[in-house]
Amino acid sequence: MADSSVTSPAFPGASGHAGHDAGKRDFLKLVTAAGAAIGVGAIAWPLIDSMNPSADVLALSSVEVDLTPVVEGQGITVVWRGKPIFVRHRTPAEIKEAQDVKMSDLIEPQPDSARVKAGHDQWIVLIGICTHLGCIPLGNKPTDPRGEWGGWFCPCHGSQYDTSGRVRHGPAPLNLNVPPYAFMSDTRVKIG
Amino acid sequence: MAGLHKSEFTNPVIRWVDTRMPVFTMMQKEYGSFPTPRNFNYFWNFGALAMVNLMIMIITGIFLAMNYAPNTAMAFDSVQRIMRDVNYGWLLRYVHQNGASMFFIVVYIHIFRGLYYGSYKYPRELLWMIGVVLLILMMATAFMGYVLPWGQMSYWGATVITNLFSAFPIVGDPIVTWLWGGFSVDNPTLNRFFSLHYLLPFVLVGVTFLHVVALHITGSNNPLGIDVKSPQDTLPFHPYYTIKDSVGICVYLMVFAALVFFAPNFLGDPNNFIPANPLQTPADIVPEWYFLPFYAILRSVPNKLGGVCMMFGSLLVLFVLPWLDTSKVRSARFRPLYRPFIFVLVVSVVILGMVGAHRPEGIWVVLGRVCTAYYFLHFLVLLPIIGKFERPLPLPESISKPVLGGGGGPLPAGAAAKPMEKA
Ligand code: HEM
Ligand code: FES
Repeated sequence: MADSSVTSPAFPGASGHAGHDAGKRDFLKLVTAAGAAIGVGAIAWPLIDSMNPSADVLALSSVEVDLTPVVEGQGITVVWRGKPIFVRHRTPAEIKEAQDVKMSDLIEPQPDSARVKAGHDQWIVLIGICTHLGCIPLGNKPTDPRGEWGGWFCPCHGSQYDTSGRVRHGPAPLNLNVPPYAFMSDTRVKIG
Repeated sequence: MAGLHKSEFTNPVIRWVDTRMPVFTMMQKEYGSFPTPRNFNYFWNFGALAMVNLMIMIITGIFLAMNYAPNTAMAFDSVQRIMRDVNYGWLLRYVHQNGASMFFIVVYIHIFRGLYYGSYKYPRELLWMIGVVLLILMMATAFMGYVLPWGQMSYWGATVITNLFSAFPIVGDPIVTWLWGGFSVDNPTLNRFFSLHYLLPFVLVGVTFLHVVALHITGSNNPLGIDVKSPQDTLPFHPYYTIKDSVGICVYLMVFAALVFFAPNFLGDPNNFIPANPLQTPADIVPEWYFLPFYAILRSVPNKLGGVCMMFGSLLVLFVLPWLDTSKVRSARFRPLYRPFIFVLVVSVVILGMVGAHRPEGIWVVLGRVCTAYYFLHFLVLLPIIGKFERPLPLPESISKPVLGGGGGPLPAGAAAKPMEKA
């Protein structure tokens, strides 16, 4: 539009300054376009961000769990931030299995010691969400299938985890996540 | 004054409107006298059927929404209330639920028609691509609709599908959190899915309009796949094809009614009669039947990102189909080499559907991989090659010749020399 008006009869004699004016017009067009782009962005962002977790969802709730009723070999599931958290009391055999595995056998190599709190080897705390596509693996109840590595078995697409929650058989690409948590005492743990 | 449209309508009211806003002229041009190839078979009914189906979905959906509560605490119960207490609520819901299945049956046949008769080729590439957009929008709509009743399969289907996006490095997890509006599928997710499930069908209406605009520029393809050459090759859309479409609509409604009244839960999953439980995954997560082939492709690849890319790729490859097929001949009737392969493709997609319904164990893993490989091989390797080596059969001289010219069947090769030059 602007270009054609330079030579249009509506601006007689303007052609002499065409180069000059065209430069100005290009500048104005650029500034206008940039302004519009920033404006659109400024309007779009609140819309997009409104879909992100809201303040009440974010409010970092934490849960405290009493461990006394959980006997050796048993696991419980608690809810934290709408997610299932596995807390499992491992038997000495399970702990040994988790510690003795060769790093080269792991899909995401991580020593067991990096996944438990020092001095609390018998407790493993995990976010109970399969790292493949988000199903909840079975294995917390002693009667559940636990897979070949004695940890957890995901019924959705067959991923298997060991007694440290590390993935041993795909399609899951990563180990079960460890949530932030701390021991308040030997029998109380605070998640979050 | 200038500016008034010259209307051919004589009814004074219609004329008054038409001179100011020529919608009647437009309807007459696009759906009345619109020149349409005279040799359509019943495969050409499915576009009209898809439009009817979309209207049915929108109408039943709007009335369902009057009684549906998009809140995790109430959604499941509100759907049960629709089924038991709301007058004809059971009918609305069963029509809507089975309407989604009917929609996919219709659209899959519509797509097969395009593949078989080469409707995606020049000059209908854009028309075809808009169709692929419609398919993807439909899938998104159906996926989000299925979450609304908030049963176990709703919840876990939503969890698995939204988690697909976590496969992408770096941006994956923030995208999933953003889609959820939280740290798991929860109330914010249900709310936005309802909002979008209400919106997208209207986007579908808009894109369908573009689909028809593009169609009415190029005109319809036909079972012979040759161009319309003279008015003799066409018939006015009304009454010839309005009647033919009506026949199809009657049959379609009979099938639809049989589903709704005699087997309304035949295609559903029993797990969706159990309210969503975020702490317990059902033993098998199976999507609705119309997603099974794509789900099978996802699971056939032992790598998470790879599987997700292949699944999206299986849809995206359709966008470039017009440029992958190197043959200029449209209809598979005249493509002896291509014709068997299109049936192999159909068989492998059906097998993929069966694979998607079974646990990925034993023979199903093998079948899934073989058919996934064939799917991509077909589009990316076979189509470009076949077009180069195939010797097409002689094309008929015109659409009307076999019908009106007495002889029937294609003319001898000499007569069809011109369209053959390229082959
Ligand atoms: C492209 C068109 C549409 C498709 C493919 C579609 C698909 C679906 C599907 C598969 C369901 C789940 C059915 C079930 O298992 O109960 C559903 C539910 C629902 N849809 Fe739609 N839908 C469409 C249009 C609409 C429209 C326009 C509305 C209007 C607002 C709507 C409102 C609803 C409501 C309220 C539900 C939940 C009640 C129920 O589950 O029956 N839908 N939709
Ligand atoms: S979600 Fe666990 S294996 Fe796919």
